[in-house]
Amino acid sequence: MKNKGFRVIFCSIVYIFLFLPISVIVVNSFNATTTKPYMSWKGFTLDWYVKLWDNSSLLEAFSNTMIIAIVSTVLATVIGTLGAIGMYRYKFKGKGLIDGLLYIPVVIPEIVLGISLLTIFANVNIPRGMLTLILAHVTFCIPFVIFNVRARLSGYDNSIEEASLDLGANRVRTFFEVTLPILAPGIFGGALLAFTLSIDDVIISYFVYGQTKTYPLKVMESVKSGVSPDVNALSTIILIATILFVVLTQGSLFKKKDRRI
Amino acid sequence: MAGKSKHEFRANTLPAIITVGPVALIMLLLVAAPLMYVGVMSFCSIDEYYNVTHDLTLGNYVRLANTDYLKIYVQSLLIAFITTILCILIGYPFSYIIARSKSRFKRIFYMLVIIPFWTNSLIRIYGWRSFLGTNGWLNSSLVSLGIVSEPIDFLYKNGTTILGMVYCLIPFMILPLYTAIEKLDGTLLEASADLGAKPVSTFFTVILPLTSSGIFSGSLMVFIPCLGYFFVADILGGGNSDVIGNLIERQFQSGNNWPLGAALSIILIIVTLVLVKAYQKLGGDMDALGV
Repeated sequence: MKNKGFRVIFCSIVYIFLFLPISVIVVNSFNATTTKPYMSWKGFTLDWYVKLWDNSSLLEAFSNTMIIAIVSTVLATVIGTLGAIGMYRYKFKGKGLIDGLLYIPVVIPEIVLGISLLTIFANVNIPRGMLTLILAHVTFCIPFVIFNVRARLSGYDNSIEEASLDLGANRVRTFFEVTLPILAPGIFGGALLAFTLSIDDVIISYFVYGQTKTYPLKVMESVKSGVSPDVNALSTIILIATILFVVLTQGSLFKKKDRRI
Repeated sequence: MAGKSKHEFRANTLPAIITVGPVALIMLLLVAAPLMYVGVMSFCSIDEYYNVTHDLTLGNYVRLANTDYLKIYVQSLLIAFITTILCILIGYPFSYIIARSKSRFKRIFYMLVIIPFWTNSLIRIYGWRSFLGTNGWLNSSLVSLGIVSEPIDFLYKNGTTILGMVYCLIPFMILPLYTAIEKLDGTLLEASADLGAKPVSTFFTVILPLTSSGIFSGSLMVFIPCLGYFFVADILGGGNSDVIGNLIERQFQSGNNWPLGAALSIILIIVTLVLVKAYQKLGGDMDALGV
């Protein structure tokens, strides 16, 4: 590890490995080819960025993904935050059971969660679609929110809340003005993780989508015949938006909470 | 007494129900119940129209002992094992260099690991296929440079599936390792060197034991998903290097034998439980997995 040259070369190779397939996607989004499987280079064009707006099924899939991600993130964050606080503070029967169940979506292979949700939805006749997708996403996002909030709670000083109550604030006001601001970084980190997991999910969605296709499922469908360059164009736009988001939030969020995918 | 229990209800039971109720409901109805149902279904049969019937049988498990299935289990475990080893061999030195770096760009180095994973994983795997395919970038460069005369078929081998798995899962190794290495106290390394230890023995007696928690949690979070990532084996392995996930996916989609798919899932659950137990035996912290 002493040798600087070795360190630079080794890390460069790893970064090339990490960014190689992404550069393929970005370059192919400017590829003028119109024949499947859209791989050989036929010159530079911006056409795919224009054609993208005519591909209504792709845009619909993308908007489904965003709706599901936003709704699931909000639900998982609210339910998870309340749950983390309740499990930290109160004693009740079955606490150990709930605690144990929370680890399941984290460690179990996603495919097992996907097929188990499929069988139960089929058994109770819930039609597969937006509702089942949101239920599934909320389920696998909640534990990540809880673990993040819990990490924040472990250093939490209960006496601050007692002080607030002693000074005449009621429970609701204490919750919103004292508890919530202290937990905010954990809640925000959990929500961000939930959102990322939701927009990228393929495996679990694959078993519960019915007719409501998400963007990853749309990509999956086109993988067999060759992903068309307008999909690459949309992916490039998402990538740039993500990098902008990272750069803009870099100062506040990523200083404290940086161990997130 | 009545007054006291009423107080107890308002002070403890009611807030507990309000706060924990929704989580408990979701975990019981959408995690515990479905998994138990999969367990029951693994003993069910199907009729001639592929409907699940409740004639209980051990037949699904007997079918799983078939050599064709056993071959894929072994292959799947082998792919997961090699993927994990490669993730450690690449991830450990990489995390070490980044975490111990004194550069002011350290944060950027770290973010550069995460950014690729904000692009959809399927499309990134497809990017590899475009790169490695017979008319892909790699082959066009090799041919035009005259290194080979005919394009080489890189795809649809165990090696390409492993490449895809390493690519998808390596952040789960790098992130816990980075955390563990960054916590490492530099003075311990100096002390070890002052006391005459060579760099190699400092590594094995000081650095490695102190960062083993990162290796254990990283390995768990790489090995287990690897058994289920059917889409990687599909896109890059083309059916030649299936994992257990492919077997399950087939039974729930085209094969339409849900009880057999359920039995396959139970096997995967058992493998997961064994690995998690081993992780706990090694002193692994469960809370380190979800953050």
